[in-house]
Amino acid sequence: MNTLLGISNRIDWLNTKVGVAVGWLILITTVVSAYNAVVRKAFDTSSNGMLEIQWYLFGAVFLLGSAYTLQQNAHVRIDLLSNRFTEKTRAWVDIVGHIFFTLPLIGLVIVHGWDFAYQSFLINEYSPDSGGLIRWPAKTLIVLGFTLLGMQVFSELIKKFATLFNTQTVQ
Amino acid sequence: MPIIPLEWLPPIMFAVLLVFMVSGFPVAFALAANGLLFGYVAIEQGLMSPALLQALPDRIFGIMSNDTLLAIPFFTFMGLVLERSGMAEDLLETIGQLFGRVRGGLAYAVILVGALLAATTGVVAASVISMGLISLPVMLKYGYSKPVATGVIAASGTLAQILPPSLVLIVLGDQLGVSVGEMYKGAMLPALMLVGLFMLYVFAVTRLQQGALPALPPDVCTFGSGNVGLRKACAVLFVLVPPVALIFLVLGTIFLGIATPTEGGAMGAVGALVLAYFKKRLNLGMLKQSIDSTTKLSCFVLFILIGSTVFGLTFRAVEGDLWIEHLMGDLPGGELGFLMAVQILIFVLGFFLDFFEIAFIVIPLLVPVADKLSIDMVWFGVMIAMNMQTSFLTPPFGFSLFYLRSVAPKVIKTIEIYKGSMPFIAMQIIMVAVIFIFPEVVTREKKVKLEDKPLSLELPTQNYGDENDLGGNQPFVPQFSE
Repeated sequence: MNTLLGISNRIDWLNTKVGVAVGWLILITTVVSAYNAVVRKAFDTSSNGMLEIQWYLFGAVFLLGSAYTLQQNAHVRIDLLSNRFTEKTRAWVDIVGHIFFTLPLIGLVIVHGWDFAYQSFLINEYSPDSGGLIRWPAKTLIVLGFTLLGMQVFSELIKKFATLFNTQTVQ
Repeated sequence: MPIIPLEWLPPIMFAVLLVFMVSGFPVAFALAANGLLFGYVAIEQGLMSPALLQALPDRIFGIMSNDTLLAIPFFTFMGLVLERSGMAEDLLETIGQLFGRVRGGLAYAVILVGALLAATTGVVAASVISMGLISLPVMLKYGYSKPVATGVIAASGTLAQILPPSLVLIVLGDQLGVSVGEMYKGAMLPALMLVGLFMLYVFAVTRLQQGALPALPPDVCTFGSGNVGLRKACAVLFVLVPPVALIFLVLGTIFLGIATPTEGGAMGAVGALVLAYFKKRLNLGMLKQSIDSTTKLSCFVLFILIGSTVFGLTFRAVEGDLWIEHLMGDLPGGELGFLMAVQILIFVLGFFLDFFEIAFIVIPLLVPVADKLSIDMVWFGVMIAMNMQTSFLTPPFGFSLFYLRSVAPKVIKTIEIYKGSMPFIAMQIIMVAVIFIFPEVVTREKKVKLEDKPLSLELPTQNYGDENDLGGNQPFVPQFSE
């Protein structure tokens, strides 16, 4: 169990670093987007590349930051009933949900997302708009984000099992 | 596996979704889980091609490349920067001083500041918490009735949901397939009318309940010694100008068609940073906090959207959309019946869900029906947005009430907060009715009269079991306005 908790700690550390780092991209996206708005109006020019980089960056934020959000327990839950559950029951809900649903979903997205990105890489796909960006880095973000999320789910599972185990020994 | 009759699948799927959600599992994953589970069932029964689930990364990519959604982090970030830079405090203090001598003055101040904050930030939590922290203690100290004081604060905070640049309107515009600018324009007048209604209520209370909302004693309402008038003018100018300038920068440019909401949001966020810098309140710690909260909010919202995509994919494959259409189509009263049912549904759901969930789960199901009835989508959307405001105030799960409870002193009982919110919920419902009866407050033109004709639905045949049809280009839930 301790080894597992060690792994869980490492994952938490990694995803916190990633989550905090991608946050700064929000600042960059904001500045890029404001710049785009100004040049579009003031100088009547716009670059598709600059327009696309906005959503590449925001994509990076929400895909790579999701694992961190899960770790911080900031994915909203409806606590209508679960408020009244014991901590053990709540841990079980998460364990069952994650094992039977979240992990298969992540697996599905990673497997097909890999294909999706790799195909784009093979044909050297570019945005259909002139001056647009190369596509595979954006598509790879999906795989990367869900991989981090998968790791975080694993870490959450370890922690939930640890709570269950501990409460049982205390009783 | 035993075959489940097709017509049972959508209701079962819906019921299972409810179980998933109330189990306390994160909403985003509950939605996806449900979609996945029934995806297997549908594939097993030959209702859906596995290719549809394989196209999931493509759908996620579609969400990534949706420009409109970029406005969500921009406006959130802007709101947080403004809140952390103390704009709310400054505004409340100054406007409170201005109105202090009037009966109910602090309540008017809270409503006005709530509206100003709403028009700049669009974040409910920020307004309610800062107003609760600053003005509630003052109100209590001078003998304001507790339910009225808490009600005013909780309700004024929710104005952020209906006054542009609200996140609700962005999300709704996206889901309904109309431009966010149109939604903003449509919501403006009804939102201002609601502000007026709130103030009218405060006025009525000051007349009917003597002593419920007393005026402040004169010695509290000073801007220090010296030339009071001049100081007052200076303070007002200094505090009011920056947010008003920012409102013009953001909303003005959007309304004039100079900027898209996404561009307006980005410029507003940069403007907020500049403002914070000039107030000497821009520092690394505050920036980090704002960025961190924005990241988390963006992640959970976008993941609910991804979850609802998975859900929508399967729900349509099991013909859930047809089920909803028949359900809505069987209502008495045609278009009128449909609209009433929608409003009641959203009001009831508002007790349990918050607006992101309603917008991403329920609205996509209603859009095809509304579309077939050729209902004006902007009008429909503004009415829904106004109605969804109540979800912040309806006990026991109104977020606004939660936020206020977390900062309210212990002397205030939770039941008093609940009681105080009731009249404001009623006023919001009145506004929904006003929009319903007078669509021109949204559309600015005489609307064609509602026809009381029965629903006729012509449904295109879609075949989800076809191996050749990846379904990749069909406008599934959620729809994008591009």
